[in-house]
Amino acid sequence: MTAPATRSVVVEREIPHPPEKIWRALTRPELMEEWLMHNDFQPVVGHRFTLSGNWGGTLACEVLALDRHRSLSYSWNHAHADPAYALESTVTFTLTPTPAGTLLRVEQQGFSPGQKQAFGGASAGWRDKLARLERLLDAGGTAPTPTPETEQ
Amino acid sequence: MDTSPDLLFRSLADPTRRALFERLCRDGELTVGALTAEAGVSQPAVSRHLGVLKQAGLVRDRQAGRQTHYRAQPRALSPLLDWTSRMAGFWESRFDSLEDLLGRMDQ
Repeated sequence: MTAPATRSVVVEREIPHPPEKIWRALTRPELMEEWLMHNDFQPVVGHRFTLSGNWGGTLACEVLALDRHRSLSYSWNHAHADPAYALESTVTFTLTPTPAGTLLRVEQQGFSPGQKQAFGGASAGWRDKLARLERLLDAGGTAPTPTPETEQ
Repeated sequence: MDTSPDLLFRSLADPTRRALFERLCRDGELTVGALTAEAGVSQPAVSRHLGVLKQAGLVRDRQAGRQTHYRAQPRALSPLLDWTSRMAGFWESRFDSLEDLLGRMDQ
């Protein structure tokens, strides 16, 4: 078996607020909870913390790097009974000041150990996947929204 | 595989189309007639739905005499199952919440 390929996703957005303010939202647990998830984050390299979603699932994280007002990186690992949804990854936020505010960039890099199985799966698996799709569509949307919330 | 997730979602949003696609995933290649027998809608309607699925890359057709055979292309779903696509949507929605929060914060 070959090692799963590492892939990455990048989302960037210019936000009309200064980096210092965004930094607070990225690093204060009570603020992180409002836009991301419930957590026991501390802005200390090596600190292990958990992000818990309101769907009952959790992400195991560890602060990997921290450069105040500039960048923040932590691991983002998701154990899941269905390997198609397990994920080992690293999330890095980068804040760059712009005339209008801040360019906020998030890059998530990693791999899903079960991705191959998910693609090559037998037809029986598709029933479940379609049911998932249906729930996702019912939940509202046109966009394939959050990984974790859609799955359990 | 460059089918946009949007097109896939729209194709699969319809329950009849989803049922047709699912049946092809389960049973392999089938004719329009065989699909119509269980679809609960008319043959022209089934053909129209198959046309939409084909456009989204979810099925392929093969002409054999007067019959058209369809089979599923489940790999076309990979953009929806791929974690990078899911996470891109996730971060977009979280950035929406973040902006909302920043608007409510002091300074």
